[in-house]
Amino acid sequence: MVRVTHLIEQARSKQPSRLVGVGATLWPMVLAVAVGLLMYLLVGPAIGQFQSKILLVIGINIILAVSLTVVNGFTGQFSMGHAAFMAIGGYVAAGVVYYGSLKLFGDMNFAGGRLSHVGAADFVGPLIGKGDFLFLAATLAGGLFAALAGWVVGLPSLRLRGDYLAIVTLGFGEIVRVLLQGTQSQIQPWEAASLGKDAPVWKLPLMLGGPQGFNLLPTYTTLYWVWLWVVLTLVVVYRLKNSSEGRAFLSVREDEIAAQAMGVNVTSYKVRAFTLASFFAGVAGALFAMDIGAINPTDGGFQRSFDIIIMVVLGGLGSISGAVVAAIVITLLPEVLRDLAQYRLILYALALILMMILRPQGLFGVREVWDLALFKKIFRRGGDA
Amino acid sequence: MTQFLQTLTDGLTVGALYALIALGYTMVYGILKFINFAHSDVFALGVHLSIVIASILGIKALGDTGTPPWYMGALVLVLAMLACGAIGFLVERLAYKPLRSAPRLNVLITAIGVSLLFQNAGQLPWAFGVSPRAWPTLLPDGELFSIAGVKFRLVHAVVLATAIALMLALQYLIFKTKLGSAMRAVSFNTRTAALMGINVNGIISFTFVVGSMLAAAGGFLYGVYYGGQMKQTADSMWVMLGLKAFVAAVVGGIGNVRGAVLGGIMIGLIEFFGVQYVSDQYRDAYVFAILILVLLFKPEGVFGKATVEKV
Repeated sequence: MVRVTHLIEQARSKQPSRLVGVGATLWPMVLAVAVGLLMYLLVGPAIGQFQSKILLVIGINIILAVSLTVVNGFTGQFSMGHAAFMAIGGYVAAGVVYYGSLKLFGDMNFAGGRLSHVGAADFVGPLIGKGDFLFLAATLAGGLFAALAGWVVGLPSLRLRGDYLAIVTLGFGEIVRVLLQGTQSQIQPWEAASLGKDAPVWKLPLMLGGPQGFNLLPTYTTLYWVWLWVVLTLVVVYRLKNSSEGRAFLSVREDEIAAQAMGVNVTSYKVRAFTLASFFAGVAGALFAMDIGAINPTDGGFQRSFDIIIMVVLGGLGSISGAVVAAIVITLLPEVLRDLAQYRLILYALALILMMILRPQGLFGVREVWDLALFKKIFRRGGDA
Repeated sequence: MTQFLQTLTDGLTVGALYALIALGYTMVYGILKFINFAHSDVFALGVHLSIVIASILGIKALGDTGTPPWYMGALVLVLAMLACGAIGFLVERLAYKPLRSAPRLNVLITAIGVSLLFQNAGQLPWAFGVSPRAWPTLLPDGELFSIAGVKFRLVHAVVLATAIALMLALQYLIFKTKLGSAMRAVSFNTRTAALMGINVNGIISFTFVVGSMLAAAGGFLYGVYYGGQMKQTADSMWVMLGLKAFVAAVVGGIGNVRGAVLGGIMIGLIEFFGVQYVSDQYRDAYVFAILILVLLFKPEGVFGKATVEKV
């Protein structure tokens, strides 16, 4: 008895103080804002407009690849419908921003501050405008709706074994595409005065543009917003991997039956992974839609899902830094291989096949870049003792 | 009533087509326990190779007068099947065989790689290119007969007859020949089959060849049935077709050859009746709704038997 109380006492004394807890919650957000500002204010202007655009796409792809890592890498499931969740997030966010602007500000024009303005240098206005809050809310709404969709899809279909799940998620992506194509055309800006004001709110979610896509969205996405979310995604997924929850994810991947025998609720963890990954996919979709200024039903099709899968597989199923590296490389590759454009996808395909034969765990496997011997040699002389 | 019977005829014919492709999925799954994602691309290759072979044989595209004698069409079919059979053999040897003992996820990823490879290699200018290609006129597009307003065209007859003949041949191969019993043995238990002196790798290769040949036949019949312009190999319609066939295989109980045939016909009928009587817009959604329902309530398929997962 004394021994037990002693142990409890010991555990209590080791528990971090509340202040540390608050710090642990806050510092990623501070870091995210700092990185976002750094990218937007310093890196972006320094590398020029075209390169900034690529840096932005890299960021979106990192969010997509890292979030898919949670499902395909950690839990060892095989989702082939990640782009569908991205499209859901994109459409929800687009709807919120487009029709939200109409209802709140009276028109669908851009209402952001400097941080959301792509050509920041020549823009006069406050750092943060009223539109930015709407955009942030839209991004969160996109993420939450995608997460909800992930949960709804996940609950029934995750009882299925690996390759069936792949097919179901692929099918889900196609259903999303078909449903989006079935929506009515959007209220155009020039109809806003006559039609938009009176349109009932419940009807607006049905007017998402149909096969033509949802166009003429105000573009809020800048390097700031993208890299803010990149940092948040990375922190969440990294912490997840190293938490006991993350161990449970990995145990599902390693051996479902053994995990179940150890008391891990396999289905529940699969659904959790799916929901979390869908959230970030939805966020990426929101960023994507408000970067291009349009989103199409085909953006959720399997071609894009395949692109994300390639990033995750090449980087190493389960490696966060691997997914980041692969996302960067695969985004840059088309720029480098411009002359070989028609061979690009053939190269990816061959890379996938050869990778599975020669190095099935991907570039990094489940390890991270800093686990590699070479990296340790350079940065921590004398090992980590 | 007329409309009902016409939908039935069309649905049955397309269902037979799905069944041919579903057979390839189900046979490979029965033996290797993985979904051959590249199967739909072999199907697309079958379509395009048929066009190439026909043009080599001097058969002109639609719009030119006259149709070649019937045996030219049969020749195109046989040559396309042989070509796709060879491709199937190569794919199995080069991509899947090195992964025989690898986790199934790796094989699945490889299959996706092979699929992407076919799709994009088929688009190269020296392959089939990116513009749609016209299907050659192999048959006179005539109406055979019509009962109570239901049109039964020559293509219906040709597609149904060819598909049924191939399925009967497969049925004979699997259940009546020695090779077939070896295939069934490998599917039942690979290791025991190997102990009994069956050349497992040979049987697996043979299964791929047969599956690819059926896919090629499906591609040929698809061209005959729909005619017109055939889209590029990377077009998503081929993947969709393949997925529908896969759904047919799952509905019929994956690994079950007879189930695949019934599943294919079911999917064809559901699709056509859905389009006719509900809405054309959600054509592709019906099939996946069926898939999700089947997987939820009877994951072993309508005609399959349940298995218990053992450690």
